[in-house]
Amino acid sequence: MAAVEVEKQRGRSAAVAIAALVIAAGIPLWWKTTETYRAWLPAARISELEALQLELRVEVEVVFARGTLSPEQQKKVPASRMREQQQQVDDKTGLKFTYETRFRTATVMEEDALNQPTAAEADHALHTLTETSCGSVVIYIIPEASALLPQDMRVYVGRSRTALLRSQVASVVGAGLPEVLAALDPQMEQVLQTMSFNHQDVTAALTDRLRPGLSTRDSLADSMRAFKSSPGYEITFSLLNPDPKHHQLHWDVEAALDAYIYPLLHKMAPVANFSVDSQILYYAVLGVNPRYDASASAYTLSADSLAHVINPVEARLGSNAASSNPVLNFLLYVPDSLHSPLIIRNDQKQEVASNAFHSPRWGGIMVYNVDGAYGNDTQFPVDIAIDMSRVMGVFLSQLRLMLGFQQTGAPPGFVLEAAGREGVAEWELDRLLWSRSVENVATASASITSLAQLLDQIANIVINDNIAQQVASAVTALQAAVAELEAGNLALALEHSREAISASERAFFDPSLLHLLYFPDDQKFAIYIPLFLPMCVPILLSLLKIFREVQQHRAEKRAKRD
Amino acid sequence: MPNIIAVVCASYGLAQSVCDGEDLPARAERFFRSDHTNNWAVLVCTSRFWFNYRHVANTLSVYRSVKRLGIPDSHIVLMLADDMACNHRNPKPATVFSHKNMELNVYGDDVEVDYRGYEVTVENFLRVLTGRLPPSTPRSKRLLSDDHSNILIYLTGHGGNGFLKFQDSEEISNVELADAFEQMWQKRRYNELLFIIDTCQGASMYERFYSPNLMALASSQVGEDSLSHQPDLAIGVHLMDRYTFYLLEFLEDIHPASQANMNDLFKVCPKSQCVSTPGHRTDLFQRDPGSVLITDFFGSVRKVEITMETINLTVPGIPLERFGGEPHTETALAYVDQLPVAQIIHQKPKQKDWHPPDGFILGLWTLILLVFFRTYGIKHLKHIF
Repeated sequence: MAAVEVEKQRGRSAAVAIAALVIAAGIPLWWKTTETYRAWLPAARISELEALQLELRVEVEVVFARGTLSPEQQKKVPASRMREQQQQVDDKTGLKFTYETRFRTATVMEEDALNQPTAAEADHALHTLTETSCGSVVIYIIPEASALLPQDMRVYVGRSRTALLRSQVASVVGAGLPEVLAALDPQMEQVLQTMSFNHQDVTAALTDRLRPGLSTRDSLADSMRAFKSSPGYEITFSLLNPDPKHHQLHWDVEAALDAYIYPLLHKMAPVANFSVDSQILYYAVLGVNPRYDASASAYTLSADSLAHVINPVEARLGSNAASSNPVLNFLLYVPDSLHSPLIIRNDQKQEVASNAFHSPRWGGIMVYNVDGAYGNDTQFPVDIAIDMSRVMGVFLSQLRLMLGFQQTGAPPGFVLEAAGREGVAEWELDRLLWSRSVENVATASASITSLAQLLDQIANIVINDNIAQQVASAVTALQAAVAELEAGNLALALEHSREAISASERAFFDPSLLHLLYFPDDQKFAIYIPLFLPMCVPILLSLLKIFREVQQHRAEKRAKRD
Repeated sequence: MPNIIAVVCASYGLAQSVCDGEDLPARAERFFRSDHTNNWAVLVCTSRFWFNYRHVANTLSVYRSVKRLGIPDSHIVLMLADDMACNHRNPKPATVFSHKNMELNVYGDDVEVDYRGYEVTVENFLRVLTGRLPPSTPRSKRLLSDDHSNILIYLTGHGGNGFLKFQDSEEISNVELADAFEQMWQKRRYNELLFIIDTCQGASMYERFYSPNLMALASSQVGEDSLSHQPDLAIGVHLMDRYTFYLLEFLEDIHPASQANMNDLFKVCPKSQCVSTPGHRTDLFQRDPGSVLITDFFGSVRKVEITMETINLTVPGIPLERFGGEPHTETALAYVDQLPVAQIIHQKPKQKDWHPPDGFILGLWTLILLVFFRTYGIKHLKHIF
């Protein structure tokens, strides 16, 4: 009897010991070995990024030339003023535009510069005097009677960041400085909208963060045409010669690229890296048959058929691109002798001066007619040297469109100086930098927040240390970019925004973040039950038995006492 | 508030353009009908083995149509799980037929397969869609779409309720597919996406989609099987599935300038021809299917604009300045001698070096000597040494 009791006691203690081992050691061990490694992400800072409040600050300097202000008004200058405009784009994104304006009178050297005969020379002289920082605007107010501008033009925008504004406020005796400034305000606003950012551009740049359908049709056309922000672009220039038997074409593309294209690309170096190459294709034909027009005695391509030209050619184009960067193609097509001359007609059946067309986010094609270079009885093949300056003029303007410089829609009364040999004016580059910075910030913040959401939702994804590091550096760079935009340092803001977007893209597209295994709950149970149930059932049953025996023992003890 | 203003502005602008003239609204219509600037296609065949010839033929016929309508190879990701054209059991090597009596060879002579054989896995498919490929992946194996790309995704193989079988060893579920599309939407990797699936119970694969701008077609409803079309007695297997066969016939009538729209595509292969009931899903799509052209997804009609502005660079008298530095000298370029023909033709016979006799000869002579001495006695050995 005592032996049975001892046996029972041993059995009970064994069961309790096993249960204790399972609970104390087994369950934590199983939990630890089946959890996925998830490095810590700065979740608090990421959730701050969801509500983005961007502030863009422009430093404007307004210089009054002699003759625009009366002496009493001149005494009140120098002054400064700050103007803010708030715009809530949607419930998570807000914009604030701050214009910090400083007023002063012109120095002697600037007056000399403004005494030049033409506006272009004045602009050049002023450019050599002062060094303007990236993102700032300088407006010179010139007297109404000045001869720098033609009669009906009010504003001249030069090649660097300066503009000449003809003052329409006659220096009325008794009017104070605030009235003069108030009268100048609408014109200055227009100048700033042209030279610096305007609301549509910035809103269009934010499309990554916004719900679809929020942008207007005009900004949609512009955003469709230009490439999205990317760390690099590949540009290919191709010469298509369908008729080598008759035309022996020579194009000095290296010199032309050096002279015309590389200056622009060099200026765009803060925005992206560019890689340029060129090729020549023989026996490459357009996919469309041109129609002969007797009235113009030329072959014509109508605007409708242009859309079908690109695809057969693109299938033959080789590409040197080794990276995943977007590719821009610029094709120069020299028609064969049977189909020369070939002209492009637009929708109104008029000849197009440039004889070129472009496709958004792809590139451009120019048709170059050489039939004028030789007569009927020359010996074929004819050596023809292509006039690269004409060709590059067209390609340069197409390249500007593809890269994001909008078509210059000058407001009435404005004279915008053409960019010429440098390819792009400083203020145009500033406009691009503003929209690029905002686009980078929007895209990076959208990537980071969606990545954090994804990682939250799916508990099975392993988060490695390098991803956590990329996310942390992206968040830091993003906050720095927003701070620099607030402070008005455009170049630094662009640099930080580029860092932010490259880090966020690397984190989002890391190959290790593949949620491959979808575990529905019933599959999880199906795996664990055969493993754990046979082990747990005896343990639980024995624990229950022990518990019941203890209960019985206690009940007996109480009965005995009573 | 801003979107109301945007709508008002858009309608005002459109109204004004209607008053302006005939061609302006036509031009606006053409430009703004669809927001895409480029087209991509991801065509996947998930089955291997000879008796699944029809799945490879399905995928290749869609590939052929898509190429014919203009999408270049650089924008097509073609994944074939097995090689039927060069299969040992193919009586007509280097061909894959879609019509019996070998009427139409869909393999062609410029097929570019990006993922082949065992590379077609669920993991690679999801990596292609989400873009999470290792950095060494070449450009042709990537889906480099942007926010203005229209993507066509075509899947075929053996499927079931909620899953699609890859390579006889793994499956992709409809939840994973829906999540992959959501990831694509988060990164704006597509503008609009058309999803076509030709498997048994195909409609179950698009049940779980929840991202915007998706349109889906399937060859059969849940609980139905997709049937194959017709066998070819010479090749010995079924050549095509019914839905894709009639889809191919429909697409053969489409040319790049065609104005056929999606409602025509929904009518392809009714129950009388297909035996199963094809289904489609358009509730996530923003535009009305009647205004979506077939070529918006199957073809690649580019938007073009005439270049109005040029930059005047011709300044007479100024020579081209060198930006990079000193001018490059013109060096005469020649091809590297890759095949030394002169050497091969006029070759003298090579002197063979002398080698001592190798094992076989040695063994043979040893055997002969042993037999000799065994027969005639060892005393003859003195004649040797």
